[in-house]
Amino acid sequence: MIKLPAGNVLGLLARFDSPAALVAAAEKVRDAGYKKFDCHSPFPIHSMDAAMGLKRSPLGWIVGLAAVVGASSGLGLQWFASTVDYPLVISGKPFFSFQAYVPVTFGVGVLLAATTALVGMLALNGLPRPFHPVFYAEQFSKASDDGFFVSIEADDPLFDEERTTQFLISIGGGNVEALCRD
Amino acid sequence: MENEKTAFRPILSGIFGMIAAGAAIVGLLLSGVGYFLDARQFLFSWLTALVYWTTIGLGALFFVMLHHLVGARWSTVLRRMAENLMWGLPVLAVFFLPILFHMPQAYSWSNPEVMAGDHLLTGKSGYLNVPFFTLRLAAYFLVWFVLVSLLNTYSNQQDTNSSASLTKRMRVVSAAGMVLFAVTLSFAAFDWLMSLDAHWYSTIYGVYVFAGSFLALLALMVLIVLQLRSRGILKNVITSEHDHDLGKLLFAFTIFWGYMAFSQYLLIWYGNIPEETVWFLHRWNGTWKTASLVLIFGQFVVPFFVLFPQAVKRMPAVMKAIGLWILLMHWVDIYWLVMPSLHHEVHLSWMDVTTLVGIGGVFLWFFQRGMRSRPLVPINDPTLAGSIRSLS
Repeated sequence: MIKLPAGNVLGLLARFDSPAALVAAAEKVRDAGYKKFDCHSPFPIHSMDAAMGLKRSPLGWIVGLAAVVGASSGLGLQWFASTVDYPLVISGKPFFSFQAYVPVTFGVGVLLAATTALVGMLALNGLPRPFHPVFYAEQFSKASDDGFFVSIEADDPLFDEERTTQFLISIGGGNVEALCRD
Repeated sequence: MENEKTAFRPILSGIFGMIAAGAAIVGLLLSGVGYFLDARQFLFSWLTALVYWTTIGLGALFFVMLHHLVGARWSTVLRRMAENLMWGLPVLAVFFLPILFHMPQAYSWSNPEVMAGDHLLTGKSGYLNVPFFTLRLAAYFLVWFVLVSLLNTYSNQQDTNSSASLTKRMRVVSAAGMVLFAVTLSFAAFDWLMSLDAHWYSTIYGVYVFAGSFLALLALMVLIVLQLRSRGILKNVITSEHDHDLGKLLFAFTIFWGYMAFSQYLLIWYGNIPEETVWFLHRWNGTWKTASLVLIFGQFVVPFFVLFPQAVKRMPAVMKAIGLWILLMHWVDIYWLVMPSLHHEVHLSWMDVTTLVGIGGVFLWFFQRGMRSRPLVPINDPTLAGSIRSLS
C-alpha cells in the first residue's frame, strides 16, 4: 500500500440542512460539471437520481438476462430428466408435461434473477467498501443521523481545492471540510 | 386558494352523461325485446354484462379501501375517481331481479326435478336453494351499499371539513370493509358464476374473479385519467408520475391474474379427477378452445409484454390502447366463465352487446353524476399536496 503524505487532500465535504437543500445542491454540482461526487443522507431521497445526473443502471438488463437463463435451464433440466434421462409415466400424463414444469421453471428463474440482482448490485455500486475519503471527516458520522452531505473527490478533473471549496460554499454548503489523511 | 379549488372542480360538459343515459335507455330497451325473443339467451347475456360491471364496481371499492388502509399518498388524486366509480355498484342490485325471477332457466340446480335426481346436488341443497341464494345476494349488496355510502359520505364531509378524524374514520371503515369485501366477493363469485355448473367447485375461484375485477378497474382508471388529461382537466394534478404508478399496478395485476388462472388450472390438471376437469374440458372443446386461447394470450401474454418496458407506462397512446384491450379481455373472461353453461360452441348474440351497453350506461351515468357533483379530487385531504407532487 502506498502511503500518502499527511495533509494530502483526497476530497471535500460540505454539509446541507435538509433533503431538499441536498437535492438542490446535487443539481448545482451536476451542472457545474463534476463527475466524481456523491451525496450522503440518512435515508433514500426520491428525486436524487435525476438531480445527480445518474444514468439508468444496467442492472435491469443483467437481471432480465439472468431470469431468462434461469427459467430456460429450469425447464431444460426437467425436460432432460423426464424425457431423456429417466422417462417415467406419472399419473398417465405425457413425459413432457409442461404444465407441471411451470412452478419450477418460474422458481429457478426467480432464484437466479434475485441472486444476480443482489450480486450485480454489489458489483456495480462497489459495496462493501471498507475505505472512502469521507471517513476521515468526524462530522460524517452525522450522515447516518441527521446530516446531508455532498462530497467531491480530488481525482475529479475539475477539482481544485480552493475553487471547489468556494463553489461548495456558494451553493449553500456549511462546514466545508477538506478530507485529509491524518 | 379559491382559484385552486375551482381548478379541481372544472365545468364538465353534460355530454358524457347524456350519452350514458341514452346508452342505458337504448341498451335496456333492446335487451327487453331480446327477453321476449329468447329468454335464456337474454338471461345469460344479462348475467355476463351484470357481472362485468359489478366486478368493476367492486374493483373501485377495493381501490378506495386499500388506499385508506395503507395510508397511501400517491393515489389521493385518484381516490375521488374510484369513489365515483363505486356509486354505480349498489344500484346494480336492481338488475338481479330478472335473474331472480327466472332462476331455473339460469341455474339448473334451482329446478326441483334436477335437484331430486342428482345425488351430488342434493348434498349441496342446504346451500344451493333459491331462498338462501336470494338472501345472500341481498346481503352482499347490503354490505357493498353500506361501505360505498359510508366511504363516499365521509369523503364528501372531508371536502368542507379538514379534521383529521375523517381520515381515521375512513380507515376504520376500510379495515372492517376489507374483510367483508373478501368474503362477499368470493361468495358472490361462487353463487353467480361457479354455481352455473353446480357439480364443479374450485376454492381459488373467488380470488380469480377478484384479480380480473381489479385489473379491469385499473384499466378503466387509466382510460379516464388519460381522457381527462387530453381535455386539459387535472393535467397538473394527475401527472405522468401517476400514470407510471397505475401502469405498474396494471402490470402487477396482469401477472396476478395469470398466476391465479394458472394456479386454478394446475391443481385441477394435476389431480385429474373427472368432476373437476369437466369444467376445463367444456372450455377446451371446439370453438371454446379458441376462446380459452384468446383469454390466455389476450388477458396475460399480450398485456405482460406490452406493459413490460418502463417507458411504455408513460406513453399515453399505448396505455390507452392497452387499457381498452384489458377492458375487452375482462369481458371475454366473464363470458368464458358464464357462457359455456348455455352454448356448447361460442355463440355471440346481439344481446351480449345490448345488455353490456345498457347496464354499463347506468353504471357510468352514476359515475359521471359523481364527477360533476363534487370536486374531482378530495380537496381537503391532508395528503393531497404530497400526492400531486409524488414521484413514481
